[in-house]
Amino acid sequence: MTSPISACSTGSSTDPPRLALAGLRSALAGPFDLTLARGECVAISGPSGAGKSLLLRMIADLDPNQGEVALDGRARASFSAPDWRRHVTYCPAESGWWAPGVAAHLPPARRAAWAALAERLGLDPVLLDGPVARLSTGERQRLALSRALVATPAVLLADEPTGPLDPDSTARVEALLAERLAAGMALLLVTHDTAQATRLAARRLRLEAGRLVAP
Amino acid sequence: MKPILLTWPDLALASLLLLADGGLSIWLQLGLHRRLGVAAARMVGQLIAVGLILRVVFAVANPAITLAWVLTMVALAAREVAARPEQRLGRWGNLSVGASAVAFATFLTAILALTTAIRPTPWYDPRYAVPLSGMILGNVLNAASLALDALLAGAVAGRAAIEAQLCLGASFRQAMRPYVRDAVRRALLPIVNTMSAAGVVTLPGIMTGQILAGMDPLEAAKYQILLIFLLAGGSGLAAVSVTMLAAHRLTDARQRLRLDRLTLRRG
Repeated sequence: MTSPISACSTGSSTDPPRLALAGLRSALAGPFDLTLARGECVAISGPSGAGKSLLLRMIADLDPNQGEVALDGRARASFSAPDWRRHVTYCPAESGWWAPGVAAHLPPARRAAWAALAERLGLDPVLLDGPVARLSTGERQRLALSRALVATPAVLLADEPTGPLDPDSTARVEALLAERLAAGMALLLVTHDTAQATRLAARRLRLEAGRLVAP
Repeated sequence: MKPILLTWPDLALASLLLLADGGLSIWLQLGLHRRLGVAAARMVGQLIAVGLILRVVFAVANPAITLAWVLTMVALAAREVAARPEQRLGRWGNLSVGASAVAFATFLTAILALTTAIRPTPWYDPRYAVPLSGMILGNVLNAASLALDALLAGAVAGRAAIEAQLCLGASFRQAMRPYVRDAVRRALLPIVNTMSAAGVVTLPGIMTGQILAGMDPLEAAKYQILLIFLLAGGSGLAAVSVTMLAAHRLTDARQRLRLDRLTLRRG
C-alpha cells in the first residue's frame, strides 16, 4: 500500500495492516491517518496538551469519534466495544485501580501469567497479594503494563509507559515490549524520550496542532 | 376517645420556643434567625394550604382529583430529587431520571398497599390514598435523591478506575457495578436506620399521630409495620431504578463512560 502521506507503513502488501486509521477525528483533534504493520512500533512525541492521549483514547474508542479504524483488515464497528478494547488495549499514563487489593484486578486464572510478567519487569510477585495503596508510582505503572499484556493484545497503545521509571526498570520494560513486537504485536508509543523512541520505534511522528506530521 | 383539637393560640404558644431560638441566634450572633424565620413561615404557609386543599379533596372524593393531587406531589418530589446532586445530566436529565424512578416506585407501592393490605372502599379513597402516597413519596424521594447524587459523584470520582476496566475489555455494566452498589447502599441507609430504631428509640410518625388521635397502640403498631415494609420496598425500588436509569445515561452504544454528559451545578 503506498500513499502520499509519509505516516503509512511499508509492510507486506498482501497482509492487511495490523492497525489502520483513516480520517479518525473528534471535535478536539484530527483527522488522523496511520497504518501499523504486525510487529511495528511507531513513536509519537509532541508538546504537552497537543492531543497525544486523545489520539490513543480515540483509537481505543473511549471518546466519541468519527472515521474508520480497522484491526487486521476488520472494521472496528464489527467488534463489540469491549472486544475491541481487548484486542487494542490502551495503557494510560496514570494507571487506574478499582479494588483495594491488587489481586482483584485480574481473574485468578490469569494470576500466574501476571506474576511472570511482573517478575520480568523487576517486581516481586508478592506485591500481587498486597493492597494497591502500598504500591509506589513505578510499581503501579509496571503492574498496570503487565496487567494489560497478560491478555496478549494485538495492538498496545502505550502512553508514557516508562515515565516514572528508573533506567533499570525502563530497560526491562523496553525488553518486554521488544519481545512482544517480535511476536507480532503492534505498538503505538507516546513518549517524550527521544532515545527510547529511537530504540523501539521503526517510525517516529510528531503530533502538532491536532495533526500527525514527520518529526 | 376524641382527638384533642388544637386552637391557634395553642400554636402561638408552641412558637415561643422557636422565637427563643431566634433570640439566642441574635444574642450569640449565630446568623440563623433569618433562615429559621423564613423556613418557619414557609412551613406554616405550606401546611395550612395543604390542610385546606386536602379538606376539599377528601370532601369531593373524586378519583381524578385525587390522582391529580398525587401527581402534583410526585412532580414536586421529582423536582427535589433533580435539584439535590451537584452533577447534572444535561438540562433535564436529572429531572426525567428522578421523575421516572419516583413515580414508578411510588405508584407501584401505593397501589399495591391500597389494593391488597389496606383495602379501603373505594380503593382510591383520598383519606387513605393521599397520606399513604405522601409518606411513601417522602421516603422514595430521599432514597432516589441519595442514590442519584452518589452515583453521579461516584462516576466522576472513579473515572480512572472505571475507564481502566473498560480498557481491559470489561463491559460498562461490569465497570459500574461497584458504583451502582454503593449508590443503592447509601440510599437505603436511612430506611434501614429507621427500621433498627423503630419503636425502641423513636415512635415513628404515623404511629405517633394515630396514638394522639386515640387509636389502640397495638393497632397503631400494625399500621406502622405495614408502612415501614412499604417504605423499605418503595425506597429500594426507587434507588435501583434511579441508579439504573442514571447509569444508562452515562454510557452509549460503544460502552464508553460519557462524563461529558454531566455538568457541574453552578454555585
